Amino acid sequence: MHIKILICSCNRIAIASNGKYEITRMHIPDGLLNAGTLVGTAVISTGGVAGAVRVVGKKLGEKQIPMMGVLAAFIFAAQMLNVPIVFGGTSGHFLGAALCVVLLGPWATLIILTLVLIVQCFIFQDGGILALGANIFNMGIVGGGAAYLIYQLGLKLFENNVRTKTILSFAAAWCSVVLASVACSLEIVISDVIPLRVVLPAMFGTHAIIGLLEGAITVAALTLLRKTRADLLDLQESWQTDEE
Amino acid sequence: MKNKKWWLVAFAFCLLLATFAPLASAAPDGLERVVEDHNLTERIIEPPFVLIADYLFPGIQNEAVAGVLAGWIGTILVFALAFTLVWLIARKNNTKTPSDTARINNG
Repeated sequence: MHIKILICSCNRIAIASNGKYEITRMHIPDGLLNAGTLVGTAVISTGGVAGAVRVVGKKLGEKQIPMMGVLAAFIFAAQMLNVPIVFGGTSGHFLGAALCVVLLGPWATLIILTLVLIVQCFIFQDGGILALGANIFNMGIVGGGAAYLIYQLGLKLFENNVRTKTILSFAAAWCSVVLASVACSLEIVISDVIPLRVVLPAMFGTHAIIGLLEGAITVAALTLLRKTRADLLDLQESWQTDEE
Repeated sequence: MKNKKWWLVAFAFCLLLATFAPLASAAPDGLERVVEDHNLTERIIEPPFVLIADYLFPGIQNEAVAGVLAGWIGTILVFALAFTLVWLIARKNNTKTPSDTARINNG
């Protein structure tokens, strides 16, 4: 265990001393997107978060408060844990949008992911300050929104049992990661950085695999919750159907 | 209270996850990979200030210790922020429309 830690640390130093790109990041840094894209996504994200605060303020019950805190902490901790994915020295990590959507709905998800992104941006210098709106848009609005639509549509189309919910949460998780990466690719294309035919396959390829990881963690977390605190799941589900 | 204990265990689990941060892969993630592969690193603007860059607590020689410390700080900070913010939102709401919250809480 100790040796492993040492080896990992060495890798990190090696990568850091390789070039200019010193700070380890997983979110969009400043300098990549153009002003128009930054402003556009920032405006949408600000509106979205304002709406989310309003909706959550109306709907939130006492029981959801610790859930939101712990879920945010879980997402932060899990996002740090990059796992190597099959090809060419690329890693992937958890996003958490779908897990959050299944447990608390899309609005609470947007608030939680925004908080996580704010802490990552200002304390950990992960994700640019100017690009914060774009990062919130990609993960909170596109990722969370996609997960919500897929999960809810699936619940309407298929028989409502544990197996369906498991499959749906896996699908929602995969799509949230892949669509967030597609949104990010489109922003890069709109900013005239690299052409679509270059960035989209690269982003789609890696995130299609990362999405499988996302699905697995989402399903595992939900299963664990169902086994230990099924009342929380039921609570959220009744809360969500209330919403419609 | 049984529920309270469960939440504490859940939060402890988050801290445990953060403890494994030094074991995380240092390979670039999906977006970083694209940035590196297409020589976009020069475009990146470094942040105006740096607090805990690289998920390593500054000033600590041992990277494993620095990583664990950074992970714990972040996890506790995110929890505290989320809990406080949501509590504030909910409290404001509870004082405004107590009947609404009661209805929601009852299912």
